Amino acid sequence: MAEDPKDAPAAPAAPAAGDPAAPAAPPKPAPAPAAAAAPAAPKPAAPPKAAAPAPTDAMGEPLVAALAAAVPGSVLGAKKMVGQTTIELAPGKLVEACRHLKDAETFTFLVDLTAIDWKERVPRFDVVYWVHSFDRGNERVRLKVGVADGAACPTVSGVWETANWMEREVFDLFGIAFEGHPDLRRILTWDGFQGHPLRKDFPVEGIDTGAAIYPDRYPEGGGPAPDDKNRKAVS
Amino acid sequence: MSDLVGTAGAVPESEETMLGLREMELNFGPQHPSTHGVLRIVLKVDGERIVSARPDVGYLHRGTEKLFETETYPMIIPHTDRLDYVAAATNNHAYVLTVEKLLGLEIPKRAQYIRVVLDEMQRVSSHLLWLATAAIDLGAITPFFYTFREREVILDLFEDYCGARLTLNCMRVGGLQEDLTPGWVDKLRAFTEDLGAKIDEYEDLLTENRIWKLRTIGIGILDTKRCIEWGVTGPPLRAAGLAWDIRRAIPYECYSELDFEIPTGKNADTYDRYLVRIAELRQSRRILLQCCDWLDKNPTGDIRGKVPRVIKPPVGDAYASVESPKGELGFYLVSNGGNRPYRLRVRPPSFINLQALPEMARGHMVSDLVAIIGTIDIVLGEVDR
Repeated sequence: MAEDPKDAPAAPAAPAAGDPAAPAAPPKPAPAPAAAAAPAAPKPAAPPKAAAPAPTDAMGEPLVAALAAAVPGSVLGAKKMVGQTTIELAPGKLVEACRHLKDAETFTFLVDLTAIDWKERVPRFDVVYWVHSFDRGNERVRLKVGVADGAACPTVSGVWETANWMEREVFDLFGIAFEGHPDLRRILTWDGFQGHPLRKDFPVEGIDTGAAIYPDRYPEGGGPAPDDKNRKAVS
Repeated sequence: MSDLVGTAGAVPESEETMLGLREMELNFGPQHPSTHGVLRIVLKVDGERIVSARPDVGYLHRGTEKLFETETYPMIIPHTDRLDYVAAATNNHAYVLTVEKLLGLEIPKRAQYIRVVLDEMQRVSSHLLWLATAAIDLGAITPFFYTFREREVILDLFEDYCGARLTLNCMRVGGLQEDLTPGWVDKLRAFTEDLGAKIDEYEDLLTENRIWKLRTIGIGILDTKRCIEWGVTGPPLRAAGLAWDIRRAIPYECYSELDFEIPTGKNADTYDRYLVRIAELRQSRRILLQCCDWLDKNPTGDIRGKVPRVIKPPVGDAYASVESPKGELGFYLVSNGGNRPYRLRVRPPSFINLQALPEMARGHMVSDLVAIIGTIDIVLGEVDR
């Protein structure tokens, strides 16, 4: 497959902006995807599609309003898409807001914790939490917090213990440090590994890890040689 | 039953008493047969009692989530097979469900039923494999021969359906690639009707077996509150007494039309987790029989919804999950409107359940650690991704 015509994030409104209109219009990549995998010419909307899901503003939801009232300044925005609510939180209020959600709103179960690299956006990363409440009829809500490259995100491992390994994984693969984490070490790659593989600027073919064992057969550091035709660079 | 309580001992009051000359560090794995792959656990032991257990994972890390970002949506499905490679169909299912959610696709009823059939067959085969290996770890070799006899039939049925036995690649965004082959439902029904008696055979071997009970009762206790704190889902959570199953809690496909129960345990120990998995085998059998009836009544129909030729979900994100044999298996998809995911995260139940291992193992004997690793039911392909 050729280079992706447009890999840049379709900027989902920076956390502070909070303009729900922006993401509603999907910005078509300006350069036509001539070299893209699609064999057919760019023919938008072939069959009369059922309206594609689009995000709507969810600031009025009871849970969002309650959180904003209980922890002032924590909620920067909220939207709803395919029935799932996402709340944008201020990094400084993250732990307080999570604590409130767990203790007062019964979101006792942290389902998942991960991150997204938006490359050029400021702040660069989103750390994403997906929490579950057994007592509220299996209600789930997604929390997002923007973290700048090189900045630390406050840890929630004191709120939900299961965040421990998930934050270690985000630290390992994205290079986001978690302030206050009890055991912040790499978990999936090995100690001493350089780089953070899920960052968009980490090459998919790998990097020189200094671990080449057969230098006569394989180039140093493993991965395809620079002139290998199977090598593809996707950033 | 009190005379049957296993070797679980009280955790020493303070670690100071343990930090004497007797304490020793011991490497368990990564090449130990009972770790079911390449799991390494750094143990601190006092005599044969475990003071602390620190799992070290990542030996099988293949960068699957990075690969996802380089491939188009249909190309990702075979990669998901290789996460939990003993339950490939549920991995396919969780992934396509997520993409369908973001696309807003409707799936034809027949495809839903076939997917449920594949899921439940996969659950049976995964639980059978678990039973075989967990029993072997504790020295009971016979269940292995029994369960692999049935697992073989399931794999043959998979082969009949899609040509593959393990990495099935059997689902597609919007439905399925292939309809059932002629006579397949009859073969499935014959097998399923038999299965009840076969499960009785396994139970004859283990349920009242004195050695099995000694090795499992009171071992690796993790109660409901601690399960939720650690994010533990699946059979360990249900064995702790919480009847929580994604198939009922957040229903997908046609599960809300099917009649089945969620088995639970009381004591949250290894023995209860065994009982819960055996009961789940029986429930899966019930579901399979109902699906056979439905498929007999509706022998034809669409198996694929209206899927665009190039799959390009709208800008946004979505999460969907299924009840895999190990617990809640979810995918979190972030789309930028292109034909490849911008970010695709797997919520791996094995990885998250494994995190509770140190707490479950603390204070037990080293030989009980083998039972505890077995009872969590991890697959390293999913832990390390």
